[in-house]
Amino acid sequence: MVEMMKSNLWNRKHLLSMRDIGRAEILSILDTAASFREVNHRDIKKVPTLRGKTIINLFYENSTRTRTSFELAGKRMSADVINMSVASSSVKKGETLIDTLATLQAMNPDVVVVRHSESGAQEFLARHLNAAIINAGDGRHAHPTQALLDILTIHDHLPIMGREGFEGLKVAICGDILHSRVARSNVQGLTTMGAEVRFVGPPTLMPARVEEAFNVKVFHRMEEGIAGVNVVMMLRLQQERMAKAYVPSIREYFHYWGLTRKRLALASETAIVMHPGPMNRGVEIASEVADDLERSVILEQVANGLAVRMAVLYRLCTPQSRS
Amino acid sequence: MGSGQSLLIRGGRVVDPANQRDETADVLIEGGIIRAVGRPEIPSDCRIIDADGLVVAPGLVDMHVHLREPGYEYKGTIASGTRSAAAGGVTSVAAMPNTKPVTDDPSVVGHVLDKARVGGIVNVYPVGAITKGLLGVELTEFGLMLEAGCVAFSDDGTTVADSGVMRRALDYARAFGALIIQHAEDPSLVSGGCMNEGVTSSRLGLPGIPAESESIMVDRDIRLVQLTGGRYHVAHLSTAGALEAVAGAQAKGLSVTCEVAPHHFSLTDEAVNGYDTYAKMAPPLRSEFDRKALLEGIARGTVSAIATDHAPHDEDSKKVEFCCAANGVVGLETLLPVSLELVFGGIITLPQCIALMTCKPAKLLGIHCGALTPGFPADLVLFDMMEMWQVDSGRLHGSARNTPFHGRKVRGRVKKTLVAGKIVFEEG
Repeated sequence: MVEMMKSNLWNRKHLLSMRDIGRAEILSILDTAASFREVNHRDIKKVPTLRGKTIINLFYENSTRTRTSFELAGKRMSADVINMSVASSSVKKGETLIDTLATLQAMNPDVVVVRHSESGAQEFLARHLNAAIINAGDGRHAHPTQALLDILTIHDHLPIMGREGFEGLKVAICGDILHSRVARSNVQGLTTMGAEVRFVGPPTLMPARVEEAFNVKVFHRMEEGIAGVNVVMMLRLQQERMAKAYVPSIREYFHYWGLTRKRLALASETAIVMHPGPMNRGVEIASEVADDLERSVILEQVANGLAVRMAVLYRLCTPQSRS
Repeated sequence: MGSGQSLLIRGGRVVDPANQRDETADVLIEGGIIRAVGRPEIPSDCRIIDADGLVVAPGLVDMHVHLREPGYEYKGTIASGTRSAAAGGVTSVAAMPNTKPVTDDPSVVGHVLDKARVGGIVNVYPVGAITKGLLGVELTEFGLMLEAGCVAFSDDGTTVADSGVMRRALDYARAFGALIIQHAEDPSLVSGGCMNEGVTSSRLGLPGIPAESESIMVDRDIRLVQLTGGRYHVAHLSTAGALEAVAGAQAKGLSVTCEVAPHHFSLTDEAVNGYDTYAKMAPPLRSEFDRKALLEGIARGTVSAIATDHAPHDEDSKKVEFCCAANGVVGLETLLPVSLELVFGGIITLPQCIALMTCKPAKLLGIHCGALTPGFPADLVLFDMMEMWQVDSGRLHGSARNTPFHGRKVRGRVKKTLVAGKIVFEEG
């Protein structure tokens, strides 16, 4: 573990997106995360690594798993973790947001973990304040720790797929791409790693000029999109999408874009199924697939999320680990 | 300068497109009025301004400016807005009606003019609202407001979206020959968007506004112009599609014109990268394809005016998350140098460029300025065409600093601005 820490290339103050994070940097954070996994299986799940460090979780959007994951990650490394959930109407929050952050900054935390409903909110904060910021999800834009934990999860399964690396690995990200920060961060991270990413879903749920923007292949038919892929990553469909005429009904959505066992059979034999959660059973994924432990790695994603966030917090809280 | 005193602006390159003049000449001013241009006889008590090496042009006319007063004095006032204008060589501004109260009544028009007389240092021409309260339902009193001093009508900041109301506005305005200026954005296509829809919006995860939101509205309006015979002008036109529609309407002989803003022909939506709220306005910065189409439209003569859509904001309205930030950029002080890029880039000649900022918008608004014709008010700008400088948002002359051009190296610096023969701005 000590050797891995020495070999890392992490020297950033913030983690805001996956945009300019290179392959070596990703591999280094995966190494650190892998080394922290062991802590989570001990009888006494605590190491003194971040003793005396302060982490603030500032969540402007509802979240159970991400907030819990960051909280546990900090606590298992002995940091003091404060959770702040702020009810957000997402409108005219600006001054409140920067003032809140300035107030927190005055208490000198080592890192502030922020989730916000507006794309770019964390970049805005990072530009105006000194606090080190981890983006725990901003609007449709980015969710870098999710991408890192997904890459770690895929990395774990490469041997089962008979592969040595990400080169040529086919990953289908399926569903509501338009509104998804998970899709945006994953396509950046996975492409950096050398994987071939496809976006699959109805045209109304694709971002504008999607092929050019993300260098991906786009499929509107699920059967074609997941044919032969090694990873099927499903995205949550927010129920309110019907109201704005993105899709007509849950019934039709599931009929054409839901992941069923029958459809999954079109993917590679060893393909894994991922989902960032929370799942909508019967909307984007059938229970027969979600609960199939031969294929579904959804709970492994959760476990890896904890390890990845420990690694990220460790790196950002301890400047000596960055050099 | 006393009203009887004379002033000679000597030896500059006089560029006066309305009179097809581009030559070294003197401009003689008496009593705040242009008396002669050329080699006039110099009166004995004449004050002289040496314009050697400078361009002497009619004071610029910006037909699209937000002065914010009354109601939003914390963003800008008539005093601060006209100060920006003077620093930019702009001597006449058309003030948009989205104030509080809205300029939708002759009494508000009178108020704006009174304030301008007291606190303004350049000419202010109010634009009246098309509909009461900018609500898009009932027409304002076009006739009475014109008598009170309005020069055109617009619901700028919002779109007259209802086809029936727009039809009536265009039709009723014919009784007075009034110009209807449309802020063309179909609200149902804007639908929460906060930047141009394209590769950049997709990557930034910001809700996009398709270019068609503008072209669809312009297409519709042109059909209504055909139906009514009204005079129609597209404010801050930003897309290739809308420009094509305007060119088509002009080819049919319809009274359809448009203006473009410097930020739209010089920047693209890539300026939003980093979530820069100073690059946020409505309509938004568009694609390179649209930008190039605007340059072509300027070169071909489809575009009748360059107008800034100068929109000062307080810092609090901009120092927020991108989607929550107010729309608008300041532009008066960068109008001339950014427009001169069209000349340096070989798109148009200097006289053509000056015409787009002087006599052409003046003609659209029917105002007595924008030319160095004897008998016209002595509104002039003197500028050094080649002087390089760097735009600094902290060193603007108005109250606001929300320029998307901060840090841009530009050429062309205003040295003096005169309104009715009086110097209202002097560099340094």
